[in-house]
Parts: sequence; structure tokens; C-alpha cells
Amino acid sequence: MSVAASARDENRSPGGGDVLVEVEDLVKSFPITTSYLVRRNLGEVHAVDGVSFDVRRGETFGIVGESGCGKSTTARLILRLLDPTSGAIRFEGRDIAQLPAKELKPLRREMQMIFQDPYSSLNPRRTIGSIISEPFAIHGINTGESERKRAVQDLMDRVGLNPEHYNRYPHEFSGGQRQRIGVARALALRPKLLIADEPVSALDVSIQAQILNLLRDLQRDLGLTLIFIAHDLSVVRHMCDRVAVMYLGKVVELATSEQLYGHPRMPYTGALMSAVPVADPQLAAAKKRQLLLGDVPSPTNPPKACRFHTRCWKAQEVCATQAPPLEPKDGGNLAACHFPLTDAEVAERIPSAAATR
Amino acid sequence: MALLEVRDLSVRFATDDGVVRAVDGVSYAVEAGRSLGIVGESGSGKSVSSLTILGLTRAPNATFTGQVMFEGRDLLTLSEAEMREVRGEGIAMIFQDPLSSLHPFHRIGDQLIEAVRTHHDVSKQAAADRAIEVLTLVGIPEPRARMSAYPHEFSGGMRQRTMIAMALINSPKVLIADEPTTALDVTVQAQILELIGRLQEETGTAVILITHDLGVVAEMTHEIAVMYAGRIVERAPTADLFASPQHPYTWGLLRSIPRLDASRDEQLVPIDGRPPSLINLPSGCSFHPRCAFVREAHKRVDPALEPVDGDPTHEVACLLAPQTRRELWRRLAAGEPPDRVRATVPMGDARA
Repeated sequence: MSVAASARDENRSPGGGDVLVEVEDLVKSFPITTSYLVRRNLGEVHAVDGVSFDVRRGETFGIVGESGCGKSTTARLILRLLDPTSGAIRFEGRDIAQLPAKELKPLRREMQMIFQDPYSSLNPRRTIGSIISEPFAIHGINTGESERKRAVQDLMDRVGLNPEHYNRYPHEFSGGQRQRIGVARALALRPKLLIADEPVSALDVSIQAQILNLLRDLQRDLGLTLIFIAHDLSVVRHMCDRVAVMYLGKVVELATSEQLYGHPRMPYTGALMSAVPVADPQLAAAKKRQLLLGDVPSPTNPPKACRFHTRCWKAQEVCATQAPPLEPKDGGNLAACHFPLTDAEVAERIPSAAATR
Repeated sequence: MALLEVRDLSVRFATDDGVVRAVDGVSYAVEAGRSLGIVGESGSGKSVSSLTILGLTRAPNATFTGQVMFEGRDLLTLSEAEMREVRGEGIAMIFQDPLSSLHPFHRIGDQLIEAVRTHHDVSKQAAADRAIEVLTLVGIPEPRARMSAYPHEFSGGMRQRTMIAMALINSPKVLIADEPTTALDVTVQAQILELIGRLQEETGTAVILITHDLGVVAEMTHEIAVMYAGRIVERAPTADLFASPQHPYTWGLLRSIPRLDASRDEQLVPIDGRPPSLINLPSGCSFHPRCAFVREAHKRVDPALEPVDGDPTHEVACLLAPQTRRELWRRLAAGEPPDRVRATVPMGDARA
């Protein structure tokens, strides 16, 4: 067992330590090719570059990061919607990273996804009933008409839709209701794992809470394991037991929500939290914002060693020459950093962290 | 006198389905060096009201009433040619999506130069110098070399900086930023907000910031107007709005978003239902179908925007009695669910 794994055991979530999904050294590279006639290989984008984490049964595991950090690619790899370049994905102990397509079908019943955009992820020409019952048709369950209808209406009721709207079309529903349809479809096969990729970012603010509360209730009532991916740090904190922070294809910090948001160790995590605007003018005025300079570097040619060193205010020479391993720091956070933040630095830069303690 | 003043503005669009009342009797003002935040959801009229200031909603099916006073003139009465003089030089705008607001076939430098030469009779070289100056100001690295780049070669943050540069290039007196950071990552958002704030301090530009994000307005503005269904339902200095919000919709916005500085176990309180159709507005108070504290009378009486406790800077359009509102918010802010608050707070009689 690695150091990382033993440290992980120490910060168990309340759900216990039974691991449902184990991701080990996962890599996904996309080739960059010329577009015409002769395809020449110009290089590779390492969208996910050696990512490892465990997701425990019954917990909500968050993945947070900026666009291009590889969080959505990681989700698609776990679902095998993309084929990993290397590494292992163990679902209930079985490595599914290299399973051939036909062996994946039974596995699809166990893991389902909720998509970001409730407008483009529902077929506009089909009724809600037919959209939600499609998984039954694919997997040959609930084949009788009345049986299927009852199952679908139960699901609609479960996610807060009126079961009488069985024969309506997606355009008759608002964004929030459409996202409920997506949730009902994902739940149809009673999956063990649900992956939600930015499930509320396309919704109006007053509607977001409806979907977040629904996911929280379902997760608790059905004992689901949820992987929750978002760029909004407040939403991730609200939803998740443990959170992984990704930067340029790597996990740079992993901790329980309390630890991560109260005592971040990786300067990148600190900068992310410091950047979130606080809906409290007094706290906002007291804040000394930790501004990052520039943009996220291109993943085609990421910085050597610690990928964050080009934008890090604590970086020293060693950060550009030696990649820091993801290892336990003060308070039990796993962080990949040579010079982790101290609590004093956190208190100075992130008032929201102090306010939550 | 206010630099820009919108007086009782209404904007209607005739459509096949009926008349859309996009903006309905809205008034606000902004002074030099100050910033006003307009908060609301999609369909609240927040963008239409600002587009109308710049004459960008003029269409055969649109009708306008009210006034938009800027430098002694009513912008609604100006001709298209006169409006073109105002746009960019008097009032400039930053749009949400920088990729679709920059021309993909023209170099960044040429687009900036054009913006200068539209308003000033200067040489190309002088305009280019000005363009490099503003690109430097907004923090584009190697601005001279970047002048010949195309928009697709820029990252999202750099494109938004370029949009800001273009908006600032003629030193406008008023800057309207419509969701300027919604398409950006948080670290880039922080950079852009800091930039807008710093430029405002240095140049004394008045800023109108339109957003759905209460966090952004809390950090950036002096005053906030909350819009719902085409109207302003609450208006207050920023600190007052967060310290003692008065409208149930404002409470809903404040309680429905998770916050980094609140307890993790806090239950989010969604606002039930969804924003109303602007063609068929609900009777009475247009928020009543979604309001947790609705009374029978609220379904008939349309509340006007009135001062709270005689304070002319804090106005609200709500039929609940002021002391009831105070008690309701005190309990809600302490984390009590709306159902319990409604059951236990004596609602008193509506004023109507």
C-alpha cells in the first residue's frame, strides 16, 4: 500500500472505507493531427496525466478545477466513454480500463451520467416517457408496456416531476425540469455510481438549489455513490464529502471538504478559493485577494516538474526541477507541493476559510 | 446630477404570441466614479434595459416609453447617427461572450484601430499607439506583437481583456458590463473584476454591472438593483442590501446559493417554481406565485417601489408590513426553513 493510500484510509468518510471505484495512474492523451489529407502527428495533449484516487461507496466525491484541467475527461474515462491510454480503473475491484466494448454493456447499468446541458442532452422529438424508459429498452428490462409506464412514472415522481406529464415533449419543460428528466433517466437502471458533470451550471440561480437538493436527497435515500464535477467551488463544497482539485491533468490536492476548504495546502487551491467572490460586502472588503497572473498554460506543453510553478507565489527553484508527489501534509490533506500553505497564510488570504471554521 | 439616468423606462416587444413586457417602469441612475449592480435571472429585463440605453433594442416590433438621460439629452429620442456618436465614446459596453463580440476575420489591432477612428479623426499610427496603450493597460502581454493576432489565437481571458480594451479605448464616461465574467474561470474572473475595479478608480468611469452572481456585485458595486419580471423589486446601497434585504425574492437569491463562508450542512432553500412569462404576467405582485409569504391581497394589488422606513436610498416593492419583513428575514437568515417561518411568524395584515 502506498503512502497516499494509507493516508487516504485515515481520513475516511462517514460512509466507511469500502471502495467502489479505484482509479490508478490514469492517463489519457489525445493526438494533435493536421486536418487535411495526410494525417501527420504533431504531438499530444495529456488531458489526464497520471491521476489516482478512490471513491468510496455511498460518498459524494467532488472533482473541481478550471476549464481544461481534465475533470470531464476523467469522468468519461471512468464511464469508459473514452478509452484510457494507460492506467487502471477498478469498479468493485475489477479492472475495466481495457474491457472490450461488448463486455461494457452490463457495466453500463451500474454507472450512469447526468449531463451539463439539459437542452441538448434530451431528444426533442421524443416524449419524456420514452426518454426515461430508453434504458429499459436497451437492457431488456420492464418490457411490458404497463410495467414500463409504472416504472417511469415512479421515477418521475421520485425526481419531482408530475407523472401525468409522461407524454409531453422536452420543450414543454423548463431548464430545471429538464435536468430532473436527465436525473430520472440516469436513475432508471438503479446504478451504483452516478456521475454528474456540471449538472447545474446551465441553470438559473434560483433553480440550481432545486437540483442540488434533489441530488443530495437521492444520494442519501438510495445510497448512491456520486462523483460530482463542477468548476463552482461553493457548489462542490456544499455537495461533496471529499474533493480532488485538478490542474493541467493532475490531481494537486485531495482532502475532505472540511479540510480542503478550511485548511487548503496547495497554493493553487488557495488561489481558487480566494478568487471566489463572496456575497458579503464586509468579508469582501477584508479580503486580500490572491490573484493568479496569466492564464492556465497550454496542456500540449505543460510546465515541467510542478505544473503550477509558473503561476505560484511560493514557487522556488526546486518546483521547476522536481515534481512534488501527492502526499499527506498537515491536517491529512494529500497535496502535491514542496511548500504547502500554512494556516496563517490561509487565514490571511482566504477569509471564507476562517469564517467556516 | 446623475451622469446617466434611466427614468420610468418601459420596453415592449410585439410578437406573434402577444406583447412581451421586457422592461416595465424601471428607473435607476449612476454617478461618475460610482458603480451600480443590476441583479436578476434570465428574463428579468436586466440586459434589455441596458441594451436599450445604447439603442441596441431598436426594432420594428419594439416600443419604448420613459427617458434615458445622458449629458442633458434623452437617448431614446436620438437618431441612429447621433446614437453612434454616443456609443463607444460616451457609453461603452462589455458583452458576456467575447468570442462572438470580436470579428473572427479581422486582426485584434485592426478592430481596435477602427474603434478609435470611428470617433476621432487621427492617423492610423496614432490610433495604433492608443490601441497598444489600452492593451497594456488591460494586461495583455507583448501588446505590440499581439496587435496582429486574430481573436481565435487568444484565450478566453485575453479575449475578454481585449473587449475591455475596446470599450475603454475612447475613454467612455459610462461602462456597461453585461455578465462580463460569466463565461470565464474563477481565477480569470478575479483578474477581470480586479481590472474593471482598478480602471474605474483611475479613470472615474461610472460602471453598470449586470450579473446573476450576488458575490460579484457584493465585491464590485456601491449600489444594487434587484430585477424580477421586468421591474426593479429592491434597490439599496450594497452594504444595506446584504445586511437587511427586504424583498422575498432577494431573500430567495441569498438563501439559494451555497456559500464558501457558510456551514456545509446548511440546507439550500430553492425558490419554488420558475420565472413568469413576460407575456402573461401574474396578477398583483408578479412574484406572488413563487413567494413563500404570499397573502390573498398580494394576488390583486401590484406593489410600488417605496422607501423602507423612510430611507430614500433603500426601496422595495413588497406588500408585507416592514416589521413582518424584518422578523421573517431575521428567522430565515438564522437558517430556519421557510415553512416553519411562515407557520410561526404572525404575518399581520397586508397594507393594501
